[in-house]
Amino acid sequence: MTLLSTSAQAAPPPRRQARFRLRKEALVGWGFAGPFVAVFGLVFLAPIGYALYLSLFQDRLIGGTSFVGLDNYGEALTDPRFWDGLVRVGLFLLVQVPVMLGIALLAALAIDSGRLYGKTFFRVTIFLPYAVPAVVAGLIWGFMYGTQFGLVGNINDALGVSLPDPLSPSLVLASIGNIVTWEFVGYNMLIFYSALKVVPRSLYEAAAIDGAGEWRVVRSVKLPAIRSALVIATIFSIIGSFQLFNEPSILQKLAPNAITSDFTPNLYTYSLSFSGQQHNYAATVAIVMGVLTAIIAYAVQLRGMRKG
Amino acid sequence: MRTHTTRRLLGALSVLATLTLTATACGSDASDTGAGDSGPKDINAALEKGGKVTVWAWEPTLKKAAEDFEKKYPKVDIELVNAGTGDKQYTALQNAIAAGSGAPDVAQVEYYALGQFTIAKSVEDLSPYGAQRYGTSFTSGPWNAVTEDKAIYALPMDSGPMAFFYNKKVFDKHHIKVPTTWDEYVEAARTLHKADPKIFITNDTGDAGATTSFIWQAGGRPYQTDGTNVTINFGDEGTQKYAATWQKLLDEKLVAPVSSWSDAWYKGLADGSIATLSIGAWMPANLTSGVASASGDWRVAPLPQWTKGDKVSAENGGSSLAVPKAAKNKELAYAFTEFATTGAGASARVAQGSFPATRADLESKAFLDTKFPYFGGQQANQIFAESARNVGADWSYLPFQVYANSIFNDTVGKAYVSSTKLTDGLKAWQDASVKYGKDQGFTVNK
Repeated sequence: MTLLSTSAQAAPPPRRQARFRLRKEALVGWGFAGPFVAVFGLVFLAPIGYALYLSLFQDRLIGGTSFVGLDNYGEALTDPRFWDGLVRVGLFLLVQVPVMLGIALLAALAIDSGRLYGKTFFRVTIFLPYAVPAVVAGLIWGFMYGTQFGLVGNINDALGVSLPDPLSPSLVLASIGNIVTWEFVGYNMLIFYSALKVVPRSLYEAAAIDGAGEWRVVRSVKLPAIRSALVIATIFSIIGSFQLFNEPSILQKLAPNAITSDFTPNLYTYSLSFSGQQHNYAATVAIVMGVLTAIIAYAVQLRGMRKG
Repeated sequence: MRTHTTRRLLGALSVLATLTLTATACGSDASDTGAGDSGPKDINAALEKGGKVTVWAWEPTLKKAAEDFEKKYPKVDIELVNAGTGDKQYTALQNAIAAGSGAPDVAQVEYYALGQFTIAKSVEDLSPYGAQRYGTSFTSGPWNAVTEDKAIYALPMDSGPMAFFYNKKVFDKHHIKVPTTWDEYVEAARTLHKADPKIFITNDTGDAGATTSFIWQAGGRPYQTDGTNVTINFGDEGTQKYAATWQKLLDEKLVAPVSSWSDAWYKGLADGSIATLSIGAWMPANLTSGVASASGDWRVAPLPQWTKGDKVSAENGGSSLAVPKAAKNKELAYAFTEFATTGAGASARVAQGSFPATRADLESKAFLDTKFPYFGGQQANQIFAESARNVGADWSYLPFQVYANSIFNDTVGKAYVSSTKLTDGLKAWQDASVKYGKDQGFTVNK
């Protein structure tokens, strides 16, 4: 009886304490997460929210600002200048990303094979372009592409040939692809190479005992082992392609007629906002583009992670 | 696995954020910030009281004007800020006006861009301050550009009457006479390029400013603006005259595919492979500093004519000083604007190399007699001054010319790199400009 009563009396305090501890733990938790949440909200959620807000209005030189609901979205979805740009980066993506990742993968496998002389030098050289800012890379390549006074022009003069103009409307997309590949092969190579480094060596030994040759090991051991790295690199590259801005924007000064103000969706957003003061419509295009990028990147991830 | 997905989702979201950041970097509501008080302005009282005037400009000779002004009115502090050149400055200005804070008291605005600020009523009408009295002090082109009906939205700071700059060394070597008509110009282009395939008569990759100036000289008046009523028509005779001639140059690949102000351009001007420029009278300073090695090679001549024997010219570039409605101390701002653009202030700036928009300076003996060592001692100002007198009247730009110029290469530019004809390109430019004008609430006629 006494026992029961004491236990009955003793029971509540721990529960109260637990609840108190829980609240205190929550507070401590927020203490850790708070700074991140604050910064995240400020520089991340707030701009998106503001862009969404902007996209619901129209600001005109005559008549000022008015609420237009989803009109801007309707316009964006039927805007040929936006879709042309999207198709252009889509084409860019389909050609440039496989080429770039293929080269990066080959380089990573070559370094990992251990049969390469001067491996560190090789690795650093391939990675080096990534350290060059995109704007500088655009300028360097822009100079080399020049048919009047650039490298291409010099080659033409020296050899008496006439190479096609890399900055002509038909070639400029490929020329940009070349710059982007040059810039990011090293970066992707490092991702692949680090993934290869953590593959247990015992797998290779087992494969060797089973009598697998070098190519068989690559196909059946190495590639499956770095599958998630491949998927991540692909997603990053897709996002990067849709964000294409720096390189065309730099080359635009050299080839203003080949690279139009709506060459890529990002460039289009920029010109809408900064040349035409169409901030509301620019916000709309940016949101549509962001959603499309997210959907495509997510679809690729789902597909890539699906077990064979 | 789950955390991976979330992290990657966040990655995708961050893309969204960076994308939207570009769009949100600038404000939106371009509403009138009010504060448009009118009535008699006591400028002297303001000058005695003193204060600070912030000036956004990139024009170098204003530095001297600011120093002189401060010497004359010690209580006034002029702060010169280079907020970017051209478009960059206009964007910053537009944003500051829209945000309602941070706008300067005085801003440099090129003539072609002024309409964008007057139509939105974001610059002060300077006539209540007494600016009308300068109606006859400035040359007609610039004055026409800053006035609308009775309002005076800015005071002209400099001007750019066009002239023909040519490389005499190259011309002499190939025995070419200086062209006096555009037909002779095309002939000279052919002869030069035939004699040496590396030499082009000029460079052109499609420049809205140059094209509109040529159309202006040819008598075309594609833009008509009456308040919010705008007419855009590139079908007129002057435009067609320009397009027909320029089409020949493009078809025969007689112009160098080099963009102005690029490194290749400076190189071409220096080594003689770009043999001439038809450009504003502000060019000598740029040649002297940017193409120093070709000093002595170049000369100046009047612009070739569309009809033999004519003496018609046009403006190319040039800026004004405007007082934003959002300026804090408008009386002081006006006082500085007046000082820097008229009388002794303007003359001091001309002595520093600015090209005058004031009649008095244009007609002064010292100015006309100036010898340019760069042009082999030629008194080039006499040609420029003559050109300033002959600028074709009644030209107007669009109230949204900054935007229109930004899409020039998307439309007209096609004629430079494909089989599209210039006239078709101009038609496309017209259509795109009409669409923008309508979207922005203007009544647009074709």
